[in-house]
Amino acid sequence: MKHEFRFSGTGGQGLITAGIILAEAALLDGKLAIQSQSYGPEARGGSSKAEVIVSDETIHFPRVTHPNVLLVMSQEAANKFSKDLSKESVVVTDTLFVKEVPGFTGKRYDLPITHTATETCGKVLFANIVALGAIVALTKCVSEDAIVKAVLHRVPKGTEEANKKALKAGMDLIKNHK
Amino acid sequence: MSEALINKYFRPGRLPHIWCPGCGNGIITGAIVKAIDKQGLAKDDVAIISGIGCSSRASGYLDFNTANTLHGRALPIASGLKMGNPKLHVIVVTGDGDASAIGGNHLIHAARRNIDLTVVMYNNSIYGMTGGQYSPMTPHGAKATTAPYGNVERAFDIPELVKASGATFVGRGTTFHTLQLIDLIAQGIAHKGFSFIEVVSACPISFGRQNKMGGPAKMLEWQRDHGVMKAAWDKMTAEQRAGKFPIGVLYEDNNTQEYTEAYDELIKRAQGGK
Amino acid sequence: MSRILLLQGNQAVVEGAIAAGVKFFGGYPITPSTEIAEQLADRLPKVGGKFMQMEDEIAGLGAVIGASMAGCKVMDATSGPGFSLKQEMLGMACSAEIPLVLVNVQRVGPSTGQPTSPSQGDVMQTRWGTHGDHWLIVLSPASVPETFDITLRAYELSEKYRCPVIILMDEIVGHMREKIVLPDDYSKIPQAQRKGPSKKPEDWKAYATDASLVPEFAPYGTGYRWHITGLVHDETGFPKGTPAATIAAQDRLRDKLMKHLDDIVTVENYKMEDAEFAVVAYGGASRSVYEAVDMARKEGLKVGFFRPITIWPFADKQVKALAGKVKGILVHELNDGQYVLEVERAVAGKVPVHFYGKYDNESATPEQVLAAIKKAMA
Repeated sequence: MKHEFRFSGTGGQGLITAGIILAEAALLDGKLAIQSQSYGPEARGGSSKAEVIVSDETIHFPRVTHPNVLLVMSQEAANKFSKDLSKESVVVTDTLFVKEVPGFTGKRYDLPITHTATETCGKVLFANIVALGAIVALTKCVSEDAIVKAVLHRVPKGTEEANKKALKAGMDLIKNHK
Repeated sequence: MSEALINKYFRPGRLPHIWCPGCGNGIITGAIVKAIDKQGLAKDDVAIISGIGCSSRASGYLDFNTANTLHGRALPIASGLKMGNPKLHVIVVTGDGDASAIGGNHLIHAARRNIDLTVVMYNNSIYGMTGGQYSPMTPHGAKATTAPYGNVERAFDIPELVKASGATFVGRGTTFHTLQLIDLIAQGIAHKGFSFIEVVSACPISFGRQNKMGGPAKMLEWQRDHGVMKAAWDKMTAEQRAGKFPIGVLYEDNNTQEYTEAYDELIKRAQGGK
Repeated sequence: MSRILLLQGNQAVVEGAIAAGVKFFGGYPITPSTEIAEQLADRLPKVGGKFMQMEDEIAGLGAVIGASMAGCKVMDATSGPGFSLKQEMLGMACSAEIPLVLVNVQRVGPSTGQPTSPSQGDVMQTRWGTHGDHWLIVLSPASVPETFDITLRAYELSEKYRCPVIILMDEIVGHMREKIVLPDDYSKIPQAQRKGPSKKPEDWKAYATDASLVPEFAPYGTGYRWHITGLVHDETGFPKGTPAATIAAQDRLRDKLMKHLDDIVTVENYKMEDAEFAVVAYGGASRSVYEAVDMARKEGLKVGFFRPITIWPFADKQVKALAGKVKGILVHELNDGQYVLEVERAVAGKVPVHFYGKYDNESATPEQVLAAIKKAMA
């Protein structure tokens, strides 16, 4: 099974970190993963994207061409990075920033990601971990055990509990989604 | 120079040198050897790194660990060598074009780091090897093959430049004041940090002829008449100083940490020490 | 024991350098290679090594040459604009036979180009960048694990043949994060050794060689007072510019590599056993090709992939053999057609050589490569 993820939003939202964590969680589960990102002017405050491919088999081409899941955390990213979606793609949006995903008619999860980060952890900067929790709950592409371990491995010391809370809050967004 | 010193420090079979009659390079190279001898350094512990130009040919004649590198690039190579083996006394032999034009950026940064190199800049005011083009040390108004109407550019005050860049030992000598020159280079070698010695020299062929300097002996007399000992210079008025230049130790700072020592401390910090 | 890690290609270079015993890095920051400098600045002092951020790209390679003269294993890393600036130093290292490893993480050029976008536009510059006839070794990794292995290999070759080795990377492999399994303990990794002097200083000649054609190296400060010069020199190391001396020097620099091609040149053959058509690609462009070949196979097309790992010296023998085996070849590069010229030279018209170049700041997708394969096979 091959999962292609694209996390997009604004530079500074921690999406590349989220991508790395997801890829590391896949390795912990004994799967293969590749993470890549777009750099350049758009990574400096403009729109930013991180891509992750998780698979049981060798992954050659590192870029996402058929996203199974697109996370959009800004309207600009929704406009820019949604062009290669298919009907089977799933889009997760942050309701604080995203109003529409142009041309996309498939399954959409509009979630209060940044709002949840502020509510549960007191800071918007946990939004990436909330989003990660939601995506793992949604796709089950990695185990809960692995994602918790991977998050704790990457986050700064002293923020472990807050990050665990953020991750769980993100998972709950999917569990409670109607 | 005594035959004993030549036999001890010059490579057999590499002489005669390529320098023209009346050239100051032999005097400066001799002064370097005498300074090394004065300091009692073992030949195996000395490296002579040069760039490209007439002066830079000196490295090939001298019986040390030597390299005749690229135009302007002696300093980065010497810096890497010093980092690779900090026990080596690394002496950089360079010309005015090599050090102050194409190698100018390396010069100010090596000075800024205060890395323990001794730079001897043979200043003959001209590109000699290529036949007399102006360098950043050619005086304003002087003639050169690329300045047939007189040099429109101004020369560096190179000791001030190197001092401002962070060098901790700066001196200037001439090929006339040879005993002082030997002493200056010896002090530069002994100094722990970046040492820079400008040596005012004569190129009778490529500079002297174009500027009607009157031949090698006259050019040495010019050095005698225009170089002023630092102590006397300090007491002179601006009017008295006009057209002349100070010689001797121009600047010395023994309180700034040397680069390779600072790096050794960094290694200790990185490895968990203090 | 080993560790499973998710690393960037640039990080794999750093791990490879530490494992190889690098003791000095000199360089200048430039995208997309900067991670190498940043991480070696952190790592080298911990293993007693030294890192110097120099005032410019030229000085970076200069400092590396100096530290190599002291006997250290050394590294510099750069990208296109910096690689251009280093060419004169690189020529000196070829001529004076100074071992060093230089990483070029390619970006789009010419000039400032696109600093963060993938390209393979420097492949010819790695061969012919510095002036004059010269010979060196260029290796190009296609994955993060291979980057680690190639970094070790670069030191083996550089120390053994006393020549610069360039690790030719690209933004794709340099920046992507991929699984790599690394040993916990690098101390068991065999360390490449430079051949030291076999004679006493008074009997030793700096550039005299045995049948290997590779001279012995005495680190500066160890009692062998020799001379390095970029001028044409004879076996004593001192300048000698006669026609005979020049020919002798040039021939040896060439032959010391050309007579050891079987040791130096490595290639990968992917699904080539029964292939009737071959794709040739290297480095990051390979990633699309593996997948395109898999897709072609699923459609019943007998396509294989021939990947030079050693880019220079060129895999002449292997490409000639390839031309004798398949009915056609497609060369895919992230440039407007560079390495294809060498492939065409070696194939010499025996089979058609097609070209699919991509130079729009993005790698080709596997579908695009597959389409190019089908077009070439039609």
